[in-house]
Amino acid sequence: MLRYFLTRLAGAVPTLFVIVTITFFLVRAAPGGPFDQEQTLPPQIMANLQTAYGLDQPIWTQYARYLRALAHGDFGPSFKYKDFSVTELIVQGFPVTLEIGATAMVLALLLGVPIGTFAALHRNSAADYAAMSLAVVGIAIPSFVVLPFLGLVFGIYVHWLPVAGWEPRSMRYLVLPIAALTLPPLGVIARLTRAGMLEVLRSDFLRTAAAKGLPLRIMIWRHALRPALLPVASYLAPAVASIMTGSLVVESIAGLPGIGRYMVQGALNRDYTLVLGMVIIYSTLLIVMGLFVDLLYAWLDPRVRLHP
Amino acid sequence: MSSRVGAARRLRSNPGALCAALIIAVIVALTLFGPWFNPNGSQTLDWSHVASPPTWQSAHWFGTDRLGRDLYARTLEGARVSLAVGLLASAVSLLIGIGYGALAGFIGGRTDHLMMRIIETLSGLPLIFFVIFLNVVLGRNEYILFLSIGAVGWLTMARIVRGQTMSLRRREFIEAAIVSGAGTARIIVKHVIPNVIGPVVVYATLTVPHIIMLESFLSFLGLGVQEPHASLGTLIAAGAGEMEAAPWILLIPGGLLAVLLLALNLLGDGLRDALDVREPA
Repeated sequence: MLRYFLTRLAGAVPTLFVIVTITFFLVRAAPGGPFDQEQTLPPQIMANLQTAYGLDQPIWTQYARYLRALAHGDFGPSFKYKDFSVTELIVQGFPVTLEIGATAMVLALLLGVPIGTFAALHRNSAADYAAMSLAVVGIAIPSFVVLPFLGLVFGIYVHWLPVAGWEPRSMRYLVLPIAALTLPPLGVIARLTRAGMLEVLRSDFLRTAAAKGLPLRIMIWRHALRPALLPVASYLAPAVASIMTGSLVVESIAGLPGIGRYMVQGALNRDYTLVLGMVIIYSTLLIVMGLFVDLLYAWLDPRVRLHP
Repeated sequence: MSSRVGAARRLRSNPGALCAALIIAVIVALTLFGPWFNPNGSQTLDWSHVASPPTWQSAHWFGTDRLGRDLYARTLEGARVSLAVGLLASAVSLLIGIGYGALAGFIGGRTDHLMMRIIETLSGLPLIFFVIFLNVVLGRNEYILFLSIGAVGWLTMARIVRGQTMSLRRREFIEAAIVSGAGTARIIVKHVIPNVIGPVVVYATLTVPHIIMLESFLSFLGLGVQEPHASLGTLIAAGAGEMEAAPWILLIPGGLLAVLLLALNLLGDGLRDALDVREPA
């Protein structure tokens, strides 16, 4: 197990390296630069800026220098947010993004699995149809439509919650963004659980369990849930990706100081180091999640053997 | 053939999917013919009605936006753009996905293993970032938009086609073609692709809403369709900024996008159940 874990982690390094390389040259290929403004700067000042940030060097030198700094855990200075390093920006914003993203993920699982199980046990009942219709609504309607609608209803018409804004350690501002982020993965998880559960309920070992006279509760908890959750487990990595994507817009609509906004702003401002830092953070998160899913898979399904 | 008749019957007994098909037909017809019944252009500024709410009496049925542009005309234009991008980008992702999947499934062995590993790696990446980059780097125009979206949307399609191809690979007519000396490319084009088209069509109906969602997402961020043109995403972004004073600017395009995506998803689900296509894990 430990060996598998370490091999996989080591395998992630070349993947990250490829991602960093592609991104590095892709952002450099974009027309314009980080110091373009509405008024063009005097050439001497521009040249000084370029020298200060090492942009006057050949691109391969810059690339080598960036990689060397990265190997020491240094993401470099931000070009647009002067006086801030990319590391500082990420350290400031990441907790907020993580808080709403992780809460959304946990809520989607805690609600989606019971809803899906319930729907499977009451197949073709009104409750099943209602649950599955709601799941389709959650999947179909993107968070950047759901969040403004929620804001309109709960913020402007009934005044229960703020539409946008943020205060440290205040949950009130996070309720609507988290709800908007939770709905799409919640819908998918409920559907996957229902389908998985229906499949498992038909299997021989559960018929045996039922024939032995086991109560339904024990049948579900002890026997059915683990195999039924296999499809959900393999959905977890895409779910994290979908929540990350959602947080890009949700943070900007709700005015949260997370790192989601840096991605688009950084790309538009040609803030090379900031964009690279964001891509590295998100890719690492996804790779770690993928590894976690594989471990979870092996635990859920003992037939799966982990080969490094 | 009889399985298709059965599928048609199963689809007809699914009221949700039928309703969805009807709604999609109405929306498509509205985007094509709706502007004919409207005296207002989508770019005309009506300074006597700025941000006025929807009424049946005035000429602006859905109201106007902050610049006095008719929201009915703009919403329909936006829906037309979103639908067009959705269809074209789906076609791009379809072409890549079918080619890649059929090749991997037909050749099999080590090549197949490698090609599937590439798909696995790609689906583990934050591809939306690359779409954002491509649109920033290559300039913002509609062709780049649907090419880049299509270029990341083909992964699941390739998986489905590969699975289907692998089961076709052992059938007699394919073996007959191999024995009679047909080349790989010819077999794939002439024999494999025509036989996987059923599941492909089903999954394509689920690709379209996914891609419309991506397009609106990018336009919402200001990276997709640019002013003065509109897509549902840009209209929603504009509406979200005005929702306190003029909620209809958000509710009308947002509602239309929600209904459209919901209908496309329901139709796709219905088709999938009717034809009993399984998505490989």
